[in-house]
Amino acid sequence: MYAIRISGAPTVGGISKEENPRPIQHGGRGSVRDNCIAKLESLGFRVGQSLVERFTKDSSRFKDELDTMKFICKDFWNSVYKKQIDNLRTNHQSPSCELFPFGYLHCFEIVLQLLLLGVYVLQDNKFRFLTQLSNGKQYMDSAPMYLAFPCGMIRGALSNLGINCIVTAEVSAMPAYLDTCSAVQYEL
Amino acid sequence: NRGVDPRKVNGELFTLTYGALVAQLLKDYEDDEEVNKQLEKMGYNIGVRLIEDFLARSNVGRCNDFRETADIISKLGFKMYLGITPAISNWSPAGDEFSLMIENNPLTDFVELPPGHSNLNFSNLLCGVLKGALEMVQMDVDVKFVQDQLKGDNITEVRLKFIRRLEDAIPAGED
Repeated sequence: MYAIRISGAPTVGGISKEENPRPIQHGGRGSVRDNCIAKLESLGFRVGQSLVERFTKDSSRFKDELDTMKFICKDFWNSVYKKQIDNLRTNHQSPSCELFPFGYLHCFEIVLQLLLLGVYVLQDNKFRFLTQLSNGKQYMDSAPMYLAFPCGMIRGALSNLGINCIVTAEVSAMPAYLDTCSAVQYEL
Repeated sequence: NRGVDPRKVNGELFTLTYGALVAQLLKDYEDDEEVNKQLEKMGYNIGVRLIEDFLARSNVGRCNDFRETADIISKLGFKMYLGITPAISNWSPAGDEFSLMIENNPLTDFVELPPGHSNLNFSNLLCGVLKGALEMVQMDVDVKFVQDQLKGDNITEVRLKFIRRLEDAIPAGED
């Protein structure tokens, strides 16, 4: 149900064994690594669930899915990362055939796939969990470790709002300059 | 990063993340004592790194005695990283032991210990952090929980006992 993919770096498997029969990377360390990522993801899931309960305590019911997504982009993101998502796009028509129909280079993206409904792409140009990492390929390997938790958090938050989804993340370059908006794109 | 202090995170995010961490450790080790040990170890590893950040940001120099150390831990250290200032009390006559009285521990917001975990020190990470940080400034200190609000006590009490001064270890091959 869940995968984090890092392009330009070895693929890292997700939670479900059946759905991710990916070869183990990094020799013997791979399974330990996968295990870590699965655990981090489930920690995130739990935190996302509780956080969203706190945040929506006094708000009224969301109108529809898009409304929920807007909440995630604005309020949730603001509370957790102190900024809003920079761009939200959706692709309701082709849920499974093309995950990245948007024709420019993504430095970092998280793709959120709502089962049977469509894909939402959320873009954060300055994702706080990655801005402290150095630029370059050197730390590309460890990026999944930093992304598993936030991915789980989104999944947990949405799950408590009644939306089951798949969250994937992709990084092709680390943020070069923290102040430029083009460096990181965060999508889901 | 104008406007937002990059070192600060949402308090609820912090608390809930810590809670999820402890819950995961409990699931993995299934034993309170073992979880305490792991938490302390994690804290230790945080502490030995955190001290550098602390010294860089707080601009404090050497402490003259353990009392001064206690003050700095409470008024600068806890203030800086957890936003609280624990009271210092219960000094031993020899002046080598004191307690930090924590009234509202941010780590334990929303937390209720389920039955059957009377040996768990939920915030044991703090002990490790203190021990690790102090070790990096040449102090061997024993840190442990004496009271915990989670277990029904009125206050959370962390006891620090000075054991000895550590000598600077000279790397092998240097005089």
